[in-house]
Amino acid sequence: MNEISETREAREARLQGLGCKRKRVEDIRFTQGKGSYVDDLKLPGMLFGDFHRSPYGHARVKSIDTSKAKAVPGVLAVLTAADLKPLKLDWMPTLAGDVQAVLAGDKVLFQGQEIAFVVATDRYIAADAADLIEVEYEELPALVDPFKAMAEGAPILREDIKDKTEGAHGKRKHPNHIFTWEIGDHETTDLAFRDAEVTIKELISYQRVHPCPLETCQSVASFDKIKGELTVWGTFQAPHVVRTVAAILSGIPEHKIHVIAPDIGGGFGNKVGVYPGYVCAIVASIVTGRPVKWVEDRIENLSATAFARDYHMTTEIAATKAGKVTGLRVHVLADHGAFDACADPSKWPAGFFNIVTGSYDFPTAHVTVDGVYTNKAPGGVAYRCSFRVTEAAYCIERAMDILAQKLGLDPAELRMRNFIRREQFPYHSALGWEYDSGDYHTAMQKALDTVGYQALRAEQRAKQEAFRRGETREVMGIGVSFFTEIVGAGPSKNCDILGIAMFDSAEIRIHPTGAVIARMGTKSQGQSHETTYAQIIASEIGIPADDVMVEEGNTDTAPYGLGTYGSRSTPTAAAATAMACRKIKAKAQMIAAHLLEVHHDDVEFDIDRFRVKGMPERFKTMKDIAWTAYNAPPPGLEPGLEAVSYYDPPNMTYPFGAYICVMDIDLDTGVAKVRRFYALDDCGTRINPMIIEGQVHGGLTEAFAIAMGQEIAYDEIGNVKGASFMDFFLPTAVETPKWETDFTVTPSPHHPIGAKGVGESPNVGGVPAFSNAVNDALAFLGATHIQMPHDAWRIWKAAEALGAQG
Amino acid sequence: MAKTAIALTVNGEAVEALVEPRTLLVHFLREQLNLTGTHIGCDTTHCGACTVDFDGRSVKSCTLFAVQAEGAEIRTIEGMAGADGTLHPLQEGFREMHGLQCGFCTPGMIMRAYRLLQENPRPTEDEIRTGMAGNLCRCTGYQNIVRAIQFAAAKIAGDSLQEAAE
Amino acid sequence: MIPGPFAYHRPRSLAEAVALCAAHPDDGRPLAGGHSLVPMMKLRLATPDHLIDLGAVAELKGVRREGNGWVIGATTTQAALITDPNLAQAIPILRETAQQIADPQVRSCGTIGGNVANGDPGNDMPALMMCLDATFRLAGANGTREVKARDFYQGAYVTALEPGELLTAITIPHPPAGHGYAYEKLKRKIGDYATAAAAVMLTLAGGRITTCAISLTNVAPTPLLAADAAAATIGQKPEEATFAEAAHRAEAITEPTPDGRGPADYRTKMAGVMVRRALARAVARASA
Ligand SMILES: Cc1cc2nc3c(=O)[nH]c(=O)nc-3n(C[C@H](O)[C@H](O)[C@H](O)COP(=O)(O)OP(=O)(O)OC[C@H]3O[C@@H](n4cnc5c(N)ncnc54)[C@H](O)[C@@H]3O)c2cc1C
Ligand code: FES
Ligand code: FES
Repeated sequence: MNEISETREAREARLQGLGCKRKRVEDIRFTQGKGSYVDDLKLPGMLFGDFHRSPYGHARVKSIDTSKAKAVPGVLAVLTAADLKPLKLDWMPTLAGDVQAVLAGDKVLFQGQEIAFVVATDRYIAADAADLIEVEYEELPALVDPFKAMAEGAPILREDIKDKTEGAHGKRKHPNHIFTWEIGDHETTDLAFRDAEVTIKELISYQRVHPCPLETCQSVASFDKIKGELTVWGTFQAPHVVRTVAAILSGIPEHKIHVIAPDIGGGFGNKVGVYPGYVCAIVASIVTGRPVKWVEDRIENLSATAFARDYHMTTEIAATKAGKVTGLRVHVLADHGAFDACADPSKWPAGFFNIVTGSYDFPTAHVTVDGVYTNKAPGGVAYRCSFRVTEAAYCIERAMDILAQKLGLDPAELRMRNFIRREQFPYHSALGWEYDSGDYHTAMQKALDTVGYQALRAEQRAKQEAFRRGETREVMGIGVSFFTEIVGAGPSKNCDILGIAMFDSAEIRIHPTGAVIARMGTKSQGQSHETTYAQIIASEIGIPADDVMVEEGNTDTAPYGLGTYGSRSTPTAAAATAMACRKIKAKAQMIAAHLLEVHHDDVEFDIDRFRVKGMPERFKTMKDIAWTAYNAPPPGLEPGLEAVSYYDPPNMTYPFGAYICVMDIDLDTGVAKVRRFYALDDCGTRINPMIIEGQVHGGLTEAFAIAMGQEIAYDEIGNVKGASFMDFFLPTAVETPKWETDFTVTPSPHHPIGAKGVGESPNVGGVPAFSNAVNDALAFLGATHIQMPHDAWRIWKAAEALGAQG
Repeated sequence: MAKTAIALTVNGEAVEALVEPRTLLVHFLREQLNLTGTHIGCDTTHCGACTVDFDGRSVKSCTLFAVQAEGAEIRTIEGMAGADGTLHPLQEGFREMHGLQCGFCTPGMIMRAYRLLQENPRPTEDEIRTGMAGNLCRCTGYQNIVRAIQFAAAKIAGDSLQEAAE
Repeated sequence: MIPGPFAYHRPRSLAEAVALCAAHPDDGRPLAGGHSLVPMMKLRLATPDHLIDLGAVAELKGVRREGNGWVIGATTTQAALITDPNLAQAIPILRETAQQIADPQVRSCGTIGGNVANGDPGNDMPALMMCLDATFRLAGANGTREVKARDFYQGAYVTALEPGELLTAITIPHPPAGHGYAYEKLKRKIGDYATAAAAVMLTLAGGRITTCAISLTNVAPTPLLAADAAAATIGQKPEEATFAEAAHRAEAITEPTPDGRGPADYRTKMAGVMVRRALARAVARASA
């Protein structure tokens, strides 16, 4: 090793930049119990709010009597719809162009709906008083099954809009209909099916689940009457959007609203929307003149704030006998609950469901989505995925397996035959996307080789024989999934929220000593932004990551951004970070040239310094340059060293991966055990491999939970069944399988550092891998498609229906 | 409601307080003692985010009343680092092995792991998984939490850190 | 989820505890580990006006040998059942069952007395107590009495415990040396109650099953003693056909409620599977 390269390595190592397994900055406070989450906040005179909620799924509210609640010592106010109405706050707009009742007026539309908000001096008194509110109801028939929503005689849910034939997304066919969204080519797709040698058709349902971060949704609102200023702390994945919505709703000027998202205990899509609790806390603070805290409990969280999925996808594929796909047709019935409160970009009522052609070269495709109202909680959020992308991935990955089964082809082989080839990128999909990059065959082959796929198939055949001979009651499944995601919403040409383009931002300021503060418009909820953005900055401008402080979540100080969800932080804010760094670097180059007394074209950047080309011993470090920027800037240059970037991505990014799940199922009990799970991810440039691996572990665990048991179920009269951790399946360390991770690297060609985002891939790719494993295990008994969730009793019942229970 | 006087030890310090009998221990710690490191994640005794050490056993502080802590010795996450600020090997292990993401489960995890290592200083992976089964994490998938606890066990036992990292 | 208000009592002696319970037969509740009661109170499904904390009553804790059996104090925790070396030796099925209850934190608080007095069909100890033919010692205003576990359970949350009565201890006959045992529990995950579970205690001699007791958890409003199923094994060879017949008879007495753990027919079948497996494991452990 020669001296110079050693020094370079040491210099580079000191930066802890891109690609290194930097330990997390956040952990220092979190491991000592010094995080600051919303419920940790204590303000002088702070009050506590609690809801009285509907026990019915559908009922007319005849009267509300709050007198007993108001008589409880310590209660300062009780808000009902009647109190909000004069303020025009009894309804609020949703991000999806609908309106949602903040507090129910004439009618309740789902169990757990907010009816009254009690404000008291502490949470115990608030809870006591909320119990004392008396509501007289007239129960109405509940609509629970989305397939019956538009049937004749179906109960009409939304009386407020029952005569509106136009919704935010076009024509409404029925009072319970929200929208129809159509994309693709109807005619050519019909032709493909007409001419097809082989077709499959299956109703593939993705059950209603919930993102369920460990910390529930909560906020503290504090209105300062004298200054006319409102400060709101809350579990907000998108604090700037919350500020804008709050300004529009309250009429308080946006600069007098301060929204602060402190540490957040996980989001997964649950904390994007605006909930009645936030609004009521704000109103209560205005009314009482004191800070008001609202913290939902877990049952409220699972039954009222932001479900996900509930997509029922009738899926058809046309193909040749040789196993080449020729057309895809999907109709989705989307159950949106009582209000359309999806947090999709405004023009995308079904999110990016049109990624449903997946990783395959479909010559033509056609998709329609019908959204309907039911007596269930609103939501439809992107639970650890980009908008409706996990639904799409599940749909196509399940359907490809069904097709493989029909063709008698191995599911991995069928995929190989239909992958978009490397040379086809950038690839224009039949449903309108431009896939930026990919190398699917290489990834799939690596996955198959690593797990020893052929040997597993041989073992499976042997086990099936043993089963047929009655020697075992255990069957084996191999689930293959190859997903392509679309993340990083998104380009202003097709993405906005409430009219605001979905750019993101970074503001980077280098202080005279070379220390850095960087602020972004995104908001971490566990994604390690404080650690990883600093790594990007370190590599871009040569200042050690440890000297960079990353700050997010305070709308007063952070530049406007659209927040963190849909794996958008890396594609947008990380890109903005790199771009801001490059602006700084350009100025730094001028300063360096000035200090080195050469022309700026004659200096070049080298890890942590600018040096004179060809004379590595003549250099100025970034630290020197920072000092000069404030001390003696070159003539003609402004002092200071900082930059802002608002990054409007030219395209989405398209992470992909190959997952393989090996599962053993005991048919006597229906209990499934994951023997092995291999996940290969390609998220482009890898910023911090340790953190990527952590994200993949976590996402796979969520996918496992969804596929193998999670469900927010309703009974026929609209009662939520099991909205606590007793029933809602969150696996413990005992149930959770061990994860094997791997990767390939296909950088995004349009992203400044080539990164694509990874937080959500494991959820998107994981769910079909588990589900395909279950289906694969029972396929030899004649199963074609078994609906999720695959909990033990459902697997047992599926086997029973196939005649395998004696 | 009449208040009850309680006397207990929290993180080595004597505490005397008046509490309403129905005050849950977790609320007492968080709101009366301002020890907000102990979290609430579920309200139904499943998640373990509220785990504290109570007279030498791990308990979920959302399912005990503060009055039950009369005379008890309690340790919370705030009492884990040394007086001089040195981190406990578990705190170090969670950071080294990336055993946390949003951090919300972490105090409960560390407090449970602390007791687990007292009961079983060299647990196997399976013993860690069953020993930690009362604590839910939504972010990490547990694999790195297992490694964090192995790291701490090795460090406490004085093994070389090299070995622990493996 | 906030419990309603109550008056708190912390008796220091058994006599004081019994008197307090007797004084509040309808509006009071004893608090043992609190891990069934407190969650119910937080949901306001239980709203006692008086809570009588048994935590400071030393006489209620601990395990001791008495005559031909064992006496377990009502507030002995599930964790203590697991770590007690004598019990682990004498009645290992207690430990096996306790280990399958909830998680370490819950077991460090939850008591055997609370578990059996609660009357929740989901609790695991009641069926085990029936299987072991345990006796409950009850103390009330009118003195003490004993009730067999097998006579104790009357319906979901309805037991032979009279209002104001306290369960003070459980006595369990010392099982024969060389007995085989197993507690088989199917559950969705840690922290969940049984989808179905079965306890088996048996002895073998001369290649045949000589004694056998079988009981079932969470497949009816009460724990069930599957006497008919057990009878089918007596004198039989410990083989699959015997187990299957017992399983079949056990299934016949179940009346599970459908819930998130599965529909009734599934849970009935699972009771059978648990019986079969418990029998097989118990046989493997018994000395012939
Ligand atoms: C997440 C979770 C999972 C669980 N899973 C299981 C499981 O799988 N299996 C299982 O068996 N249990 C389970 N439990 C319950 C747990 O085992 C309880 O601890 C146990 O059921 C009750 O014991 P306790 O000491 O906590 O009683 P408490 O909650 O204090 O009391 C329960 C009831 O019994 C009464 N009581 C208590 N002691 C006496 C007494 N000495 N005399 C008269 N009445 C008395 C109380 O008044 C109350 O009505 C679970 C609990 C939780 C929180
Ligand atoms: S908050 Fe205590 S166990 Fe979840
Ligand atoms: S780190 Fe977020 S819940 Fe565990």
